[in-house]
Amino acid sequence: MEVKINNIRKEFDRFAALNDVSLNIASGELIALLGPSGSGKTTLLRLIAGLDFPTAGQIFFGEEDASRHSVQERNVGFVFQHYALFRHMTVAQNIGFGLKVRPSASRPPKSEIKKRVSDLLDMVQLSGLENRYPNQLSGGQRQRVALARAMAIEPRILLLDEPFGALDAKVRKELRRWLREFHDRTGHTTVFVTHDQEEALELADRVVVMSQGKIEQVGSADDVYDRPQSPFVFSFIGESSHLPVEVKDGAVLFQGQPIGISEGADAAGDLFFRPEDVVLTDEKDALFGKVTACRRLAGTRIAEIDIANNGHDPFHVEVEVPLHAPVELGSEARFRPTRWKIFRK
Amino acid sequence: MTASATASSAGWRLKQPSIIPGFGLTLGFSLAYLSLIILIPIAGLLWRTAELGWSGFFAILSDERTIRALYVSFGTAFIAALINVVFGTLLAWVLTRYRFPGRRLIDAMVDLPFALPTAVAGIAFASLYAPNGWIGSLFMPFRIAFTPIGIVIALIFIGLPFVVRTVQPIMEEIDKEVEEAAATLGANRFQTIFNVLLPGLTPAILTGFALAFARGVGEYGSVIFIAGNIPYVSEIAPLLIVIRLEEFNYAGATAIATIMLLISFAMLLVINLIQAWSRRRYGNV
Amino acid sequence: MSDNRRISFRNPADESFSTKLVLVALSLAFLAFFLFLPLVSVFVEAFREGWGTYEEALVEPDAWAAIQLTLTVAAIAVPLNLVFGLAASWAIAKFEFKGKAFLITLIDLPFSISPVISGLVYVLLFGSGSLLGPWLKSYGIEILFAVPGIVLATVFVTFPFVARELIPLMQDQGTGDEEAALSLGASGWQTFWYVTLPNIKWGLLYGVLLCNARAMGEFGAVSVVSGRIRGLTNTMPLHVEILYNEYNMVAAFAVASLLALLALVTLALKTFLELRFGAGAAGGRH
Ligand SMILES: Nc1ncnc2c1ncn2[C@@H]1O[C@H](COP(=O)(O)OP(=O)(O)O)[C@@H](O)[C@H]1O
Ligand SMILES: [Mg+2]
Repeated sequence: MEVKINNIRKEFDRFAALNDVSLNIASGELIALLGPSGSGKTTLLRLIAGLDFPTAGQIFFGEEDASRHSVQERNVGFVFQHYALFRHMTVAQNIGFGLKVRPSASRPPKSEIKKRVSDLLDMVQLSGLENRYPNQLSGGQRQRVALARAMAIEPRILLLDEPFGALDAKVRKELRRWLREFHDRTGHTTVFVTHDQEEALELADRVVVMSQGKIEQVGSADDVYDRPQSPFVFSFIGESSHLPVEVKDGAVLFQGQPIGISEGADAAGDLFFRPEDVVLTDEKDALFGKVTACRRLAGTRIAEIDIANNGHDPFHVEVEVPLHAPVELGSEARFRPTRWKIFRK
Repeated sequence: MTASATASSAGWRLKQPSIIPGFGLTLGFSLAYLSLIILIPIAGLLWRTAELGWSGFFAILSDERTIRALYVSFGTAFIAALINVVFGTLLAWVLTRYRFPGRRLIDAMVDLPFALPTAVAGIAFASLYAPNGWIGSLFMPFRIAFTPIGIVIALIFIGLPFVVRTVQPIMEEIDKEVEEAAATLGANRFQTIFNVLLPGLTPAILTGFALAFARGVGEYGSVIFIAGNIPYVSEIAPLLIVIRLEEFNYAGATAIATIMLLISFAMLLVINLIQAWSRRRYGNV
Repeated sequence: MSDNRRISFRNPADESFSTKLVLVALSLAFLAFFLFLPLVSVFVEAFREGWGTYEEALVEPDAWAAIQLTLTVAAIAVPLNLVFGLAASWAIAKFEFKGKAFLITLIDLPFSISPVISGLVYVLLFGSGSLLGPWLKSYGIEILFAVPGIVLATVFVTFPFVARELIPLMQDQGTGDEEAALSLGASGWQTFWYVTLPNIKWGLLYGVLLCNARAMGEFGAVSVVSGRIRGLTNTMPLHVEILYNEYNMVAAFAVASLLALLALVTLALKTFLELRFGAGAAGGRH
């Protein structure tokens, strides 16, 4: 099911949790909403599900306006962050609930429900646990029961709110791979929320980066990592440093001095670069500062460098340096970005 | 002081080691006081009953008036507890979920039956529901006071806070997301309430019912004024105990008291079983 | 058309406004019949013949004696149960020992016993048919149909109140504070006085309030042991009964109104404690 989100705004007591958000979700896509806590991810998910109503804007499921349908009619599978399992029902009763509450005209017969439940249990690899109660399951098992329960109603779209947020690191990694396989097998349009960029980049076809109620960028993992379109995305995803610069006559100036790199149009703005996109240099036009810390990271080293700022607090940047480069604590390092982006003020 | 109470013969320990003093003193005092005030007097009652022997005991209990009095006490307490389950649960729901003017006042007032002396409640109900009272006159010629219905009304008052105060904290803990999950699965509000919320509240509701019922069976002060106390019709078991005492028929009083006491213990056991069962099955969360 | 649907949106975990209105109205009607009207009627009946008659009913010697006796009984029973409550909750909350759950159940026992039976057990223990009664009588000690019997029955009935309030509270607070104080060199009494007591004072106050309300208002148990001798062994609730049975309604309700006032003050203080110090300070069932 294709979902179109047009210019959505959501206010809570005049505070805009979402502000002019538009997004198209293609059928069969696995899409991640990524952003810091409070950026409006859950709010967006709840609006799609019909658990809340937008202050302005529209949501379309295919060609039809979703606002005409209540949450019950929307047929979305929602997996809550803390699972929201029915604790007085067994695993099987939890999974079969959505079928049991259908109006009698469309309710499958008991035997059919039973079969569907057992198929779903197979699919989420929980066969044999159908008579357990939720409090007799581990976190990862509860997560999968919640997923099977949502899948039982054959949802048009599957929405998962921080599906692995409450699990420990090892289970998290396992379930992550498992979810990708699950998606590839079932082909459901799936939106999942996360604040873990590794999870989003690894798992999703496309990543939606959100901040303060707005979408900052939508794109593949490569897009958002290699071609960030805003200072927020650049600094939120991966490691980066930034410095205030000016561009004059094509040359990039830092504190009025050329630093050996050039840019098209003149402007003032922030220069962003990643630690790995840096070379050490002996040339005069370069950035330079004092090495304040040096740590080993796998095959390379990361040097932390303070760049003097006319008596104000120094600028702090991180660069990656080869293992045997002559960079020592307290010494001066000179370097230039090889790939960068300047965001205009 | 601590050591004296720690009977550590052959590895058996009454108490786990602790650096906090006062165990022997406080436990010793508590047990002594408990025994003097509660246990010995109750044991005395049971002793007196044992002296009656089985045949004497059953002879008293098979007396028609005793049977009717027990029937009235248990029957009215049962009906009142059922009504309290409905309205107490509703009230708990309204108090936890809705915000309306006067909510805090009402929440506080729910405890009134705990705080108001039963005799005061008794005469208030009797005069309100009497044929010439504010409410009683509305229902004439149908009589409320001086019939078993009057007893039920007094017992509804007495039992209400037991249900509300048992159910309310559990309701407050309900995660709204559970209700939303039911909705995304297609359940309408009615199905969510009856298939999802109420089953989760069942242990609390049952406990509230048992507490209200147990209290209602033994209630005296608020009932005797409105009951009319007609033997075989609206005479409650506690009143019959008092009447037997006034007749110096100690055996009669003792036997009725013992049977009521045994049923109270059974209720206590049931309440504890419900709680243990729900803790085991649903967990504490 | 879609606009119509927008207006009618509500959270699926919520009821419609009209449903809420109906449910709130239903609750209020129920409370009106079962709580508010009885309470109001007490005061209306008491003042039916004006302030003068009301005052007369209270200063009348028998009523005055009943008030004094009620205060005396509460002044003995409440401190006794206060000491017990502190001792029991200290033992139960600060230590792990075998049979603890059973002890808690025993403490709750008086809650589930009919007040009439609570009185009856003392009649059996000290009555003329018992061993103790005649023996004490030969030394001139009267228990039954005298003040000691009334105190005993009241202590029985109000036995769990303070302990019930303190046990969960002290269990929640654990033993960390006390262990810290002891490790700093405080004695057991100092620890209790300076560390534990300040932690539990509001819960304690609440327990005492409830205990007191019940002690002053107890009817069934006291009625069995008192003998209802006017001016001597009549407490306020018993006096209410006597006046009521004599069809002296105004006087009955006048004395009753004092007891109702006591209940209202108790509830007001309870609510105040909850608002001021959180639900933890004053929760629990009775
Ligand atoms: N029901 C609500 N009432 C008021 N504010 C809310 C509500 N739900 C969310 N918010 C606010 O909206 C913002 C976005 O919240 P949310 O969507 O939960 O963020 P995220 O899921 O990205 O952490 C937050 O500032 C939050 O405080
Ligand atoms: Mg969230």
